[in-house]
Amino acid sequence: MGPGDVALTVLDSLRGPVGVQVTPTGRQPCIQPPQGRVFGWLPVIFIGVFFAWPLVTVLSHSLSARGADVLLSAATWRIVGFTTMQAVLSTALTLAVGLPAAYALQRLDFRGRRLVLALLTVPFVLPTVVVGASFRALLPAAWDGTLAAILIAHVFFNLAVVIRVVGGFWAHLDDRYEQAARTLGAGPITVWRTVTWPLLRPAVLAAAGLVFLFTFTSFGVVLVLGGPTTTTLEVEIYRRTVQLFDLPGAAMLCVLQMSAVLIVIVVATRLQRRLTVRQRLSRSGVARRPTRSTADRVLLGVTLVEAGLVALPLLALARASLRVGDGWGLDWWRALSVDGPSTRDVAAWQSLRVSLSYAVVTVLVAVLVGGAAACAVAYARRGGDALDSALTLPLGTSAVTVGFGLLITFATPPFDLRGSAIIVPIGHALVAIPLVVRTVLPVLRAMDPRLREVAATLGASPGRSWRSVDLPVLSRALGVGAGFAAAVSLGEFGATSFLARADAPTLPVQIGRLLARPGEVNSGQAAALSVVLVVVTALAVIATERLRTPGSGSL
Amino acid sequence: MSPSADPRGVSSQAAFQGLGVAGVSVSLGGRRVLEDVSLHVAPDEAVALLGPSGVGKSTLLRVVAGLVAPDAGVVTWDGIDIGDVPAHRRRIGLVFQDAVLFPHRDVAGNVGYGLDVAGVSEAERRREVDRLLELVDLTGMGERPVDTLSGGQAQRVALARALAARPRLLLLDEPFGALDRDLRDRLGVEVRDLLRSLGVPVVHVTHDAGEATLVADRVLALVPGAHGARLDG
Repeated sequence: MGPGDVALTVLDSLRGPVGVQVTPTGRQPCIQPPQGRVFGWLPVIFIGVFFAWPLVTVLSHSLSARGADVLLSAATWRIVGFTTMQAVLSTALTLAVGLPAAYALQRLDFRGRRLVLALLTVPFVLPTVVVGASFRALLPAAWDGTLAAILIAHVFFNLAVVIRVVGGFWAHLDDRYEQAARTLGAGPITVWRTVTWPLLRPAVLAAAGLVFLFTFTSFGVVLVLGGPTTTTLEVEIYRRTVQLFDLPGAAMLCVLQMSAVLIVIVVATRLQRRLTVRQRLSRSGVARRPTRSTADRVLLGVTLVEAGLVALPLLALARASLRVGDGWGLDWWRALSVDGPSTRDVAAWQSLRVSLSYAVVTVLVAVLVGGAAACAVAYARRGGDALDSALTLPLGTSAVTVGFGLLITFATPPFDLRGSAIIVPIGHALVAIPLVVRTVLPVLRAMDPRLREVAATLGASPGRSWRSVDLPVLSRALGVGAGFAAAVSLGEFGATSFLARADAPTLPVQIGRLLARPGEVNSGQAAALSVVLVVVTALAVIATERLRTPGSGSL
Repeated sequence: MSPSADPRGVSSQAAFQGLGVAGVSVSLGGRRVLEDVSLHVAPDEAVALLGPSGVGKSTLLRVVAGLVAPDAGVVTWDGIDIGDVPAHRRRIGLVFQDAVLFPHRDVAGNVGYGLDVAGVSEAERRREVDRLLELVDLTGMGERPVDTLSGGQAQRVALARALAARPRLLLLDEPFGALDRDLRDRLGVEVRDLLRSLGVPVVHVTHDAGEATLVADRVLALVPGAHGARLDG
């Protein structure tokens, strides 16, 4: 168990797990579980009000003269061009770096394999603003605002996607296909070209599609590391909203961005369907073999070097939090508790309290709505898949769009929620709910329906039977979902940047603010606060992993 | 090709034409699977290797095919050590128990794979594939996707695929183990007659004594020992 399992759940929420199918029991149980409708109304209303309605508002804002101007301006298309270009390059580089590691970690047996796997997966669960802050600390100042800085950070962050999606598939790819090819006269390169690659291609494509989407809609990393000429659609939406108050223009960019994402998803899905090969996958996974050939040694070496490099940005972050001038000290850590020059500038420490309280509310909302949604999907006699897809939509939408939509929808009376503390956790919950559903749903589906029949024969009413049979199983899965929701809430940056009140910034927003200001006192504090955020997030992830560990419970 | 070319001087093997296995031991995952196994197969011979499931029969075939490196012992062909020859240059075919047909290629694509890899021209490849499909009684099935084949058909395709690569020795790893009794016996005889007519020597692994006597000129038994399986008889 490692942070990889959290990453895997996130990835599975975006696409079905590769090659693994949940087998339905097939038999229609006599004692039906509770009606899906009982649970369905809550998630439907929540998604409708806080996701669908804001999307419609964004759309209507974009349909204006100002929106048209933005759509037709050359500057907009330059940004679209740069956004696409950096996403393509990031994807290609991530594949180049990730594929050797995916191979070595799943096909070769070596000491410390699990540790290396965990190390390479850690970046994916880091808050994006921390990734930005780490590379600010690591890279020389001359790299600020360069394409290279963005690309390196994107590779660092998305490496886990390739390792998990491709590696997970590779581990189950029957190696006898390759052996058969060798006995038929194919050398190593021919085997790769004619057998391994065609069979692996759908998984590589799936990983590439995800990395492209993540980097196309990347916000935190680009906001921190990008510059005036290296700006993406997401950052431009933020700039137009917060600095220029150009809401129609920003709305048009949101629409552009969503259209692009939609096109990519459609194309990738089609391509994947066309390339997918029906094949038997080894259920238990293929045995990893000792590293013997020269090629294997090289690939293992590359993987170990990558694991070492992945640790560098985090070490640089810790160093920057302790580096004062030419010496060492706790000055930046002490500065965290000092109020800023203006009354709105509360001490940076305060953001920890804000983040924790938002996380608590997010967990409550996400567990309630997500748990109800999972029950609704699991118990639905029809329409379950549609609800399932609808619930996944917020995860396919960029956080910036979610935040921007909520901002412009709930900024006018009688629905002015900007001053209220609830709007931020609602945004966080929208991102967290699909993860809760994805955690709870398999557990509910795997439940033996005969347990309910037994309860009924023992005299339990349908409601009583649900409470005594489903609820105990459900509660543990919900605990895991709560951990995911907490981790999401603590690290969320895109939506929060739009929604957080100026006097109540969350940890990521406060870090972003400090990084935007010049001077060592600000960058030092940003580094110190990033370390705090990493520790808090790590605690949430580790607690979640503990709950998931098999053997310690029924999950 | 003289016996003296054998660097490890396995003189008893050097006299034999065909396959020689001398003193092979293999450990997998810390467990000794084969202990000091020796055998030989003449160039025109069909040998059955009989033994209970999990005794290491498949491992022995993998050693011969070059897919597993033995911890000790020598594999020779016509008296020459082929231990350093990689699997794809050994010209030793292997048919797996469940066919392992390439799922991304149709029947003809599977049968023609070895020719494809060897750079045989398109026209000649097509002719050869047709001839082999006829040989295994699957004429006209070239364009079928492999997941539409029955178990027996898949095994015939796997056999044709192995034969297309012109092996000097064919290894059959319980090739009919997944089929029902009647079909297994019928295919066993067919394959025996086919290989005999083609003059391809074969090592046929099975855990069924009846099948072993049916398909082979000679039966060797691999028996489990305290320190890995050994040959008996």
